[in-house]
Amino acid sequence: MKKFLALVLALVMTLALAACGGGDGQKDGSGAAIKIGGVGPLTGGAAIYGNAAKGGAEIAAEEINALGGLQIDLRYEDDAHDPEKSVNAYNSLKDWGMQVFLGSVTSGPGAATAAESNGDHMFYLTPSASSTDVIGGVANPLTGSVDIPRRDNVFQMCFVDPDQGAYSAQYISDNSLGSKIAVIYKNDDIYSTGIYNSFAAKAAELGLNIVSTTTFTTDSQTDFSVQISDAKNNGADLVYLPTYYEANALILTQANASGYTPKYFGVDGMDGILSVTGFDTSLAEGVMLLTPFSADAEDQRTKSFVSKYVEKYGDTPNQFAADAYDCVYAIYEALKDEDVSSATSASDMCDLLMGKFTSGSFTFTGLTGENMTWDASGAVSKYPKGMYIQNGAYVGMD
Amino acid sequence: MKRIRLSKTNRINFATYGGVILAYAVLQFLNGGGMLSSTIRGQLVPICAYVTMALSLNLTVGVLGELSLGHAGFMSVGAFAGAVAAAALPITSDPLRLAASMVIAALAAAITGTLVGIPVLRLNGDYLAIVTLAFGQIIKSIVENLYIGIDDRGLHASFLENRIIFRDGGRMILNGAMGVNGIAKISSFTAGFVLVMLVLVVIFNLVDSRAGRAIMALRDNRIAAESVGIPVTKYKLMAFVISAAMAGAAGALFALGQNTITANKFDFNTSILILVFVVLGGQGNMWGSILAATFLTVLPETKAMRGLADYRMLVYAVVLILVMLATNNPTIQDFINTKFRKKKKKGGAVK
Repeated sequence: MKKFLALVLALVMTLALAACGGGDGQKDGSGAAIKIGGVGPLTGGAAIYGNAAKGGAEIAAEEINALGGLQIDLRYEDDAHDPEKSVNAYNSLKDWGMQVFLGSVTSGPGAATAAESNGDHMFYLTPSASSTDVIGGVANPLTGSVDIPRRDNVFQMCFVDPDQGAYSAQYISDNSLGSKIAVIYKNDDIYSTGIYNSFAAKAAELGLNIVSTTTFTTDSQTDFSVQISDAKNNGADLVYLPTYYEANALILTQANASGYTPKYFGVDGMDGILSVTGFDTSLAEGVMLLTPFSADAEDQRTKSFVSKYVEKYGDTPNQFAADAYDCVYAIYEALKDEDVSSATSASDMCDLLMGKFTSGSFTFTGLTGENMTWDASGAVSKYPKGMYIQNGAYVGMD
Repeated sequence: MKRIRLSKTNRINFATYGGVILAYAVLQFLNGGGMLSSTIRGQLVPICAYVTMALSLNLTVGVLGELSLGHAGFMSVGAFAGAVAAAALPITSDPLRLAASMVIAALAAAITGTLVGIPVLRLNGDYLAIVTLAFGQIIKSIVENLYIGIDDRGLHASFLENRIIFRDGGRMILNGAMGVNGIAKISSFTAGFVLVMLVLVVIFNLVDSRAGRAIMALRDNRIAAESVGIPVTKYKLMAFVISAAMAGAAGALFALGQNTITANKFDFNTSILILVFVVLGGQGNMWGSILAATFLTVLPETKAMRGLADYRMLVYAVVLILVMLATNNPTIQDFINTKFRKKKKKGGAVK
């Protein structure tokens, strides 16, 4: 009987907790503000990206709401970096009454929500789902085939993966950074694979000497001894890492421990490596990377954003936060002079925003780029900027 | 004596069919009237797929009595076979293409089940569980390294590296670890309902048949069953392969209702999740599996749970523990039993 009572008590507690949470969720659904929703991994292994994007978007929404005029009601839902759950999260945002969608933060789930939103004709501007599978209509660099048709409602704030891969290869070749190149990439991630494919295609064209290509997956991203020794044994003097920064931090640490010190070249996923807890940042000295955003930039807008972000979340913002911040502002800029309200249907909103974004006359300046424009392909006119790390800070390469 | 017991089983079976039909009718009616939220509407097909998975695993775990930790592997085989078949089959009618893809998926999973089952089913208990666990990982690794594309000459496949060269108009279907992208969604709730009904008919009739009795005899006492001449491997394989084929069909239904599927969707966690459905619903108890699979699939997506934000999955886990404790609590069991008995007595009096 005692056990039974304990069980009943526990059930009551859970229900109470659920009820509190339910109340919390209700409170932000008020007023005549435009409802903007976003989906990202707020829990699980990829949670840092989702939470960074959510934080950046929240700061933008607060700033815009403080200006008066067009108000924004922002809501993020968790997808735990799973395509199936991201569609569920998208559907629950639709039930909430979302009018504009900030898309998914990560590429795999992004491809799923992009297809779903295309069916619903819901405007989709993703901060960081950079795979071409999200916007569609781009040829696979390995086979030349267009596997996914263009989804006309989907736009990206980040530059697409093939640009990064091709740009990296070009840069490495132009500056003769490495005579023997090793590549380590994550082959169950469309972001990493997308960059690798375009890098490999461009490298072959430019005649770069790739001596070692090794892969890892989500299950094996803690031990890189095999990949490192393969690169080392083949005498690679430059390691190309089209992967995210936690994996990169481990690769740098483990390579250093085994006495292997090549040059490293990363892409935008490398951004954030200096903020990894427990990582010896002196190992990252001289690492080259591509990033649209640097938290150390001197302009007023970046400084204000970084200080607000640090104050609110206690972390230095990375490019995910900056891209999401820009997304909310881009939508705001496109809508502020239009006759829209919380009563405008998502489909009308989509027509309006699609018209604006593809008009050619709509330009946007944010934290991650100046005078950005979009065309019917959905990709943004923004090009990777090369940086390298010197004394624990980013310095422009050119 | 015998007749009474049979009719009790039949009563439960017909109640299960009736419950599924009723649930389908009510949901279809609500959906037709636009009364279902997008969240529930989006989950109808996955629920049917998970229910089928739970039912098929219940055949292995509850009826055959062998613990399998790699059931998601068969779902994976079915999902990818179904997705490739749906993209490649020259059938214009969506329901027909779906049906054909599900049949191909079931066959593919059945063949895999046979290949795995022949060596594996000679093992028992823990050994079998661990080997099925490894099987799930093997399937995942194979799919992650498999590339399949299609052009006017037909299907092209390549392993480890994408070496496919297309003529004009070709496109990739399965892209290694990135899985299948841009699937045309042809699964429908009706198809899911038909699949669940078919699976129920197969399981109930199998359990009631001569083969089913042999399978259950193996579960209850293998040595005794062997001593009266029941061929162990044959009947074990039969149950295992049927279970795999159903999981394959469920995988195809699931895949063709999603935009994107990747091999790591069908990992160890998914196998365990399905095992949780079976254990929660009761081993050998088919309607229990249906309820448990539905409940646990819908629960994390409900409005109250979404409102919990960061604590959502924690509360989900706590609820899971509580439900397990509650269903095993003698006081609650007694309570349910007495209620149930009273009802039965009343029913008897009316008769």
